[in-house]
Amino acid sequence: METQYPTRMGDGSLTRMTRSQLRGELEEGTLAAASRGKVPSLTADELDHLLDIWASPAKFSAVDIGDEVVLTYDGSGSKTVGTRTQDLLIYEQMFGADSVELGHVDYSFKAIRTILPFEAQTMKDAQAVLTVPLMYGAMPNLGLYSKPDGPAPNWSELLPLARIDEARAAQEDAVGYAVEDMVKTADAMWEAGADGIDFDTAGAAGDGDFLATLLAIERIRAAHPDMGIQVGMAGEFVLGMHGRLEYDGVRLAGLWPRGQMELVRRAGATIYGPAITVNTRRTGAWNIARALTLVKPCMEVAEIPVHMNIGMGVGAVPTTSYLPLDAVARASRATVDILRLDGL
Amino acid sequence: MQITRGMRIVDAKAYVAERLGVSPFDLSDPIAMEDVRRERQLGRITTFEISYPTEPSAMEAKFRIAELLDLPINCVEKFKERAGVRADVEPKNLR
Repeated sequence: METQYPTRMGDGSLTRMTRSQLRGELEEGTLAAASRGKVPSLTADELDHLLDIWASPAKFSAVDIGDEVVLTYDGSGSKTVGTRTQDLLIYEQMFGADSVELGHVDYSFKAIRTILPFEAQTMKDAQAVLTVPLMYGAMPNLGLYSKPDGPAPNWSELLPLARIDEARAAQEDAVGYAVEDMVKTADAMWEAGADGIDFDTAGAAGDGDFLATLLAIERIRAAHPDMGIQVGMAGEFVLGMHGRLEYDGVRLAGLWPRGQMELVRRAGATIYGPAITVNTRRTGAWNIARALTLVKPCMEVAEIPVHMNIGMGVGAVPTTSYLPLDAVARASRATVDILRLDGL
Repeated sequence: MQITRGMRIVDAKAYVAERLGVSPFDLSDPIAMEDVRRERQLGRITTFEISYPTEPSAMEAKFRIAELLDLPINCVEKFKERAGVRADVEPKNLR
């Protein structure tokens, strides 16, 4: 009888599978991604390596000594245990974080604009006591610019009414407002001493959200040639909420990681972060094979560092608040081993 | 090197290692790097020491890191501007 290994589902629950069953999950995962993303599936050697990582009872799994990569964060200064600066110091001094990120609990650029002087002062104060690089992070969050929260008509209400042209015009309006907020925030953070800015969950509201991010990056790069600019995506695929938006002659709707990374680089960012969503009903083995298959084409042409999103609900890490170490370690190792990532 | 220069990790490790006079393999060895950090005054985790007044604090360490890596660090440059160390640059007032 084949040995059964403890392994995780996408929702974090524990199950047991044999080596043959895990192999089947890996093969199904890569084929599902290859079909959906129209990309090559993983090679037999890559699947063998993943199987060795997953078919193990070990609590922890890690890359070889010398193959370590650096970590960037969304969050890490979130006023969890004290002030935000104290949180950042805990990440640096006690967790050994390679870099940290300051962010406000209302993590959207639109909200940040109203308290920007306070945020900039916190950045300056934190830079005086931290040694590791410190970024400022927030979400483009285009939806906040639609009524009733913002000035633009609400395209989510217009689309079901088949008022397509009005919905498109509303999104184009919102893009303009969002770009201004992101650029103003970056300007203030640069003057306060930030090492960089992180656009987290870019594309969350679709192609307009992603376009606003790219246009903001262009202006920030022109104004601050030495500023770090990181783009972490919201999902694996840019949704076509508008459908016709383009950047540099490329239609944004429907872009997968390779296309996303190319535009992020062209706009002037220094770090790109693909995000592959977890299917909670499938195993971690299925999810990791799917995630790696979708990101691999991006790594083959990457000219800037790629920090894949490895956290709750993305990158084959279970969608649960209390992340099991065995699942996080396996996903982290697998992405670095197979994709040769620059960071997580 | 990644954040501000967009340098990929293999090149970034090689660059930093060369500037520090170690091998890329040493960079993730906490024992080897503790000595490098102490000798070059690059800042250390001082939690376990009772007193460390002669060790560089964060901003002091970042001055040295910027010089060693030949990499301008934004907050160090801003510190120089506002302390009057960089007379060539007028401090900005965003208000």
